Amino acid sequence: MDAVRERDATAQENVRLSMRVNGEEVDVLFAPYKTLLEVLREDLDLTGTKHGCELGECGACAVLVDGEPVLSCLALALDCEGREIETVEGLARGPELHPLQAAFADLGAAQCGYCTPGILMTAKALLAAEPAPSRERIKEAISGNLCRCTGYQQIFEAVEEAARQMRDEGGAR
Amino acid sequence: MSARTRFNVIGKPRRRVDGRAKVTGQTRFADDIKLPRMLHCKILRSPLPHARIESIDVARAEAHPGVHLVLTGKDFPVTYGMMPVSQDEYPLAPERVRYVGDPVAAVIARDEQTAAQALDLIDVRYQPLKTIATIEEALATPEPRIHDYGERGNIHRNQSYEFGDVEEALAHADHVFEDVFFFEGNTHLPIEQHAAVATVDADGKLTLWSSTQVPHYLHRALSRALQFPAAHIRVIACPNGGGFGGKCDLHNHEIVVSRAALRLGRPVKICLSREEVFYMHRGRHPVLMKMRTGVTRDGRLTGMSVQTLLDGGGYGGYGAASTFYTGVLQPVTYELPRYRFDAARVFTNKPACGPKRGHGTPQPRFGQEVQLDKIAERLGMDPAELRLNIVAKPNSLTANWLRIGSIGLAECIHKVVDASGWKDKHRKLPEGRGIGIACAAYLSGAGVSIYWNKMPHSGVQLLLDRSGQVTVFCGATEIGQGSDDVLAAIVAEVLGIDAFDVRCVTGDTGITPVDLGSYSSRVTVMMGNAAIQAAERVRELIADAAADELDVLPERVVFARGQVFASEDPSKTMSFREAVAFAETKYGTLGSVGSYSPPKAPGRYKGAGVGPSPAYSYTACVVEVDVDPITGWITVPKVWVAHDIGRTINPVLARGQVEGSIYMGLGEALMEEQVFRRLPPKLSNALVHKIPSLLEYKSLTSLDMPEVETILVEDPDPNCPFGAKEVGQGPLLPVMPAVANAVFDAVGVRIDEVPITPDKILAALAKKAKGEVARVGPDRFPDVPYPEPIFVLPPSEGGDGNATKAPHRDEPARHKEAAAS
Amino acid sequence: MMRLPHFRYRAPASIEEAARILADEGSQAMLVAGGTDLVPNMKRRHQEPTTLVSVRRIDALKKVANGAGLTLGAGLTLSEVVGTGAVREHYQGLWEAASQVATPQLRNMGTLGGNVCLDTRCTYYNQNYEWRKAIDFCMKKDGETCWVATASKRCVAVSSTDTAPALIALGAKARLVSASGEREVALADLYNNDGIEYLTRRPDEILTEIVLPPAAGWRSAYWKLRRRGAFDFPVLGVAAAVRAAPDGTVEDARIVLGAVASRPVVTRAGELLSGRKLTDEAIAEVAAKVATRAKPLDNTDLEIYWRKEVVPAFVGYALRQIRGDDMRATRLRIARQSLG
Repeated sequence: MDAVRERDATAQENVRLSMRVNGEEVDVLFAPYKTLLEVLREDLDLTGTKHGCELGECGACAVLVDGEPVLSCLALALDCEGREIETVEGLARGPELHPLQAAFADLGAAQCGYCTPGILMTAKALLAAEPAPSRERIKEAISGNLCRCTGYQQIFEAVEEAARQMRDEGGAR
Repeated sequence: MSARTRFNVIGKPRRRVDGRAKVTGQTRFADDIKLPRMLHCKILRSPLPHARIESIDVARAEAHPGVHLVLTGKDFPVTYGMMPVSQDEYPLAPERVRYVGDPVAAVIARDEQTAAQALDLIDVRYQPLKTIATIEEALATPEPRIHDYGERGNIHRNQSYEFGDVEEALAHADHVFEDVFFFEGNTHLPIEQHAAVATVDADGKLTLWSSTQVPHYLHRALSRALQFPAAHIRVIACPNGGGFGGKCDLHNHEIVVSRAALRLGRPVKICLSREEVFYMHRGRHPVLMKMRTGVTRDGRLTGMSVQTLLDGGGYGGYGAASTFYTGVLQPVTYELPRYRFDAARVFTNKPACGPKRGHGTPQPRFGQEVQLDKIAERLGMDPAELRLNIVAKPNSLTANWLRIGSIGLAECIHKVVDASGWKDKHRKLPEGRGIGIACAAYLSGAGVSIYWNKMPHSGVQLLLDRSGQVTVFCGATEIGQGSDDVLAAIVAEVLGIDAFDVRCVTGDTGITPVDLGSYSSRVTVMMGNAAIQAAERVRELIADAAADELDVLPERVVFARGQVFASEDPSKTMSFREAVAFAETKYGTLGSVGSYSPPKAPGRYKGAGVGPSPAYSYTACVVEVDVDPITGWITVPKVWVAHDIGRTINPVLARGQVEGSIYMGLGEALMEEQVFRRLPPKLSNALVHKIPSLLEYKSLTSLDMPEVETILVEDPDPNCPFGAKEVGQGPLLPVMPAVANAVFDAVGVRIDEVPITPDKILAALAKKAKGEVARVGPDRFPDVPYPEPIFVLPPSEGGDGNATKAPHRDEPARHKEAAAS
Repeated sequence: MMRLPHFRYRAPASIEEAARILADEGSQAMLVAGGTDLVPNMKRRHQEPTTLVSVRRIDALKKVANGAGLTLGAGLTLSEVVGTGAVREHYQGLWEAASQVATPQLRNMGTLGGNVCLDTRCTYYNQNYEWRKAIDFCMKKDGETCWVATASKRCVAVSSTDTAPALIALGAKARLVSASGEREVALADLYNNDGIEYLTRRPDEILTEIVLPPAAGWRSAYWKLRRRGAFDFPVLGVAAAVRAAPDGTVEDARIVLGAVASRPVVTRAGELLSGRKLTDEAIAEVAAKVATRAKPLDNTDLEIYWRKEVVPAFVGYALRQIRGDDMRATRLRIARQSLG
């Protein structure tokens, strides 16, 4: 547990730690100044998680840490030892899209697709907590994810559609 | 083809063909590319707004561990620029910097952190020059010149056109309205920061992946800037994480990493920081404008004179075109018998402006639509009725010789008026609530290429084989708008197959036919027409071979739902795959090409090349606002928009383009500003972008976005594929003036500038309370030394499209100020 | 990609251990909890601590204790504060303030202690290193001049915390622990009106708890002015708390203004309101008087004169809400959400 309690990131050597990423235990070696965003994209090649500012000002890098949407650009990777990380790559079940993914693709919620992974992960956490959120709640939940393409309306509709699908299927996944 | 009315793919709501990639995170954006042995590049930028570079010492940076290469201006002796008339940029400035952020040197290192550290070790000595911060300063400061080319002093472009005697038209009007407006600059703000990766392939040729909207123009520019044969350069446009025009220009970093890769023989990547994206800019020009419009007492326009003044920033870029666009499209929306425009663009020490969604036209559209609202108010007319009465005619020529084909604007106005309950609301809502209307028109592709040539604007190639697979190749670039989906849908419609059965290979200059790029809303029309031609050509071969087997005439063969069958006897049928195999048997390897060039424009005067388009789209928009009279705080509860799209290819995507336009338009109307901070000149030369961050450059969040009711009006245009016109840009244009007009309806004050902020409303309300003119906006339009206009007689007055001698005029009378009536 | 500078990383398991590290390392060490303030600042090279002391593993900082009042661990995330029943029930002003900080994801990361200790902000300061170099830096970091007010001897960066005004209005205290002991201060006394030395907390001290007095009889509210419904820091925060007799006569009142100085501004609302009822006239008079304490400068979003002009309106919103007016429509327009 306390493997990283003391790390000298001023040294140039990489550090190693383990976390669970999309349900799999991973051991990763990385430069210790890196944020979770950098480790996911650069050291684990999970480039589905995007970045638009690296300062916590856009939401493109949102991932789930222990089920909560957080901004990976502000999370020290060293703080993530032993945590459960979920990224967009872990959303589909094998070849089958998650209902959110299917609804986003079908209903125009992804235009350029760049803010999409962050919104999908945020919406996943919302639906896990509230299977039937109102339009108002959806707006609030994704208010930390900027989208420059859609005007958000088709995103709201896709989240609502996915929620319906998931309720019909009997619960969150 | 275009006359068809029953479709299997076109017009049906579908999952876009690249939808799955976008929701699984598999879409590969430029910064997602990682290659073996890849190095990373960071660029050192000027901290001074205007200076001469005295010396650059890179020795310490070169010696820094992990650094592989340091480049400076001397590595790039050749200039580049988007427009042939503005080849004024260097990838790295050799001796002069023109804005804070101008690139000066580049470090290529083992990782980004190392490259960034080494930037600090480069010593640059600058000799500061006078900072030119504003339009007024540029006009007042001919020396030092920011560039040694241009019209004179710091005026980059300066032009005047007159179509018919406008002064005479104004003199015969019942009223002449004169207004001055200002439209603040703003930027595209794609969430994806620009990135590029260059590599030298195994065969020694250069490949560049980039977040660009214009791989073809970039291909040409790289060849010139690197002095490297174009045939040995391959540019791959990655899907853009948002473009909006911001990735339309050539970017210095694209050339820098290409040079570095060639020098090092290793892949080199760069990804701009958000701050650097603000410096790349090429966004909406700040425009000061003056509009004089003659009106009859029943609300018809007799003539209009528009003067514009653009703050161009430090380089030319697309600026020459932008300058034209502040004038040329004004006559496309409403009947306007005579028209004059004078437009000038100045250089200032700020990041260069350029094309943003609507390129040069939202600013004068704002002015005209707000002025029309004032006209309606003055004449006691309903602003929607006034507009309905003057909608331009279909199949007509404008005063400046643009050919209008289909025009569904009247229907758009009717639709938004009905949907919004306009008649029950306008001038009838309680104080603080208001409703406003505005309209617009936009190009479906520029009729002329950026550089002069007679080659096609778009090329499409099809490859089919016995497996039944269909691969379509086109240089068009997916920037989120759905160009791949349009391409697949059109090919699928012609061949009677599903859009998902078409594989798209796009935006790759090495393997796809030339398409000029994703700008000027040209892709659906130009790529679409080329795709129809290619698909029809190969369908003919397949129909011919299938006809042999089905024992019918080839023209009786129908392609639908994956089957190829006889029209009279559907039992005579085979699968599309079988039909392709028969065709391959009969004709050998199957392929086809299609290409598209826009129709020749009727105007023949110099400059007539800017403005013509195969078709124009039309939009009407109604915005409702709530304004708090105590604080000026604005809320937009709802927007209604109707867009004449000609024909909808995929309604899901079309609606997304409209709503995205409304979103961006509301941002411009209410809060987005690319503004600069000048420190006290006595203490500092500094002129910096005030807010180069996603936090302080305000973009609407999901909580700020109102409900939008979108109506698509279909008035198919014969020049367009299945009649489909543009939808990506036009719907943005009416939003800003509709907001301004709604604010007037709500609280009776005019905000004649953008953005419309609570402080301006409160200031105008204070003036109103004091009995002063209840208006916030520019007070005056400066004296600009516009040239004598090029005079062209309008078509209605017997002109032939050529410039001609202006009618004799009493000069002093021309300059007499026509008082606002 | 913007990247952090190098640092040494320590992740103590207890407050004592964290305090010891701070005592040993001196001012070169900095605490980090959610990271939402410090990480961007480090990426922009505002702060470059040689040691980061991550307190995320210290469970003691997450405590919630209902006693006579309410004790909230400084390590609770803002989402956890919002989700605490007692906050919602008894400390409405704090709940409204915490609910409006930044964005949902940032509230999942950022902590109460982090928001209380938020670095002061300024549009000349919250910029990348390269930008700051282009203005030859400023007084707050690496430079000498305050570009907001060039004659100013002190930094005028703005206190931008939402929760502190709300907490001060509610009479909160802060518990500070160091290797040499601990102390409790009135939260208002945690702040200096200086954009650089904005906290009275010593570098070796850890803010461990916020202690709220009993809320019986008090009603509170928080109104935030910002451009958008999310992300933005306040350009004005009005926190009000009023204790009134059953007949509506005010017995005590506090109004604290945020984002109008380098620290939360405590006003004389108590004197002005005590013994009166919250009539429209009383509210207007108090709002006008309180507003004179707001001295916005040109270093945040939105126009400065307008920001000053609207202070009375926002004070009025808070007091009317406390009076029991139905403010839902106004709240929706201002906050862009119902905060329901």
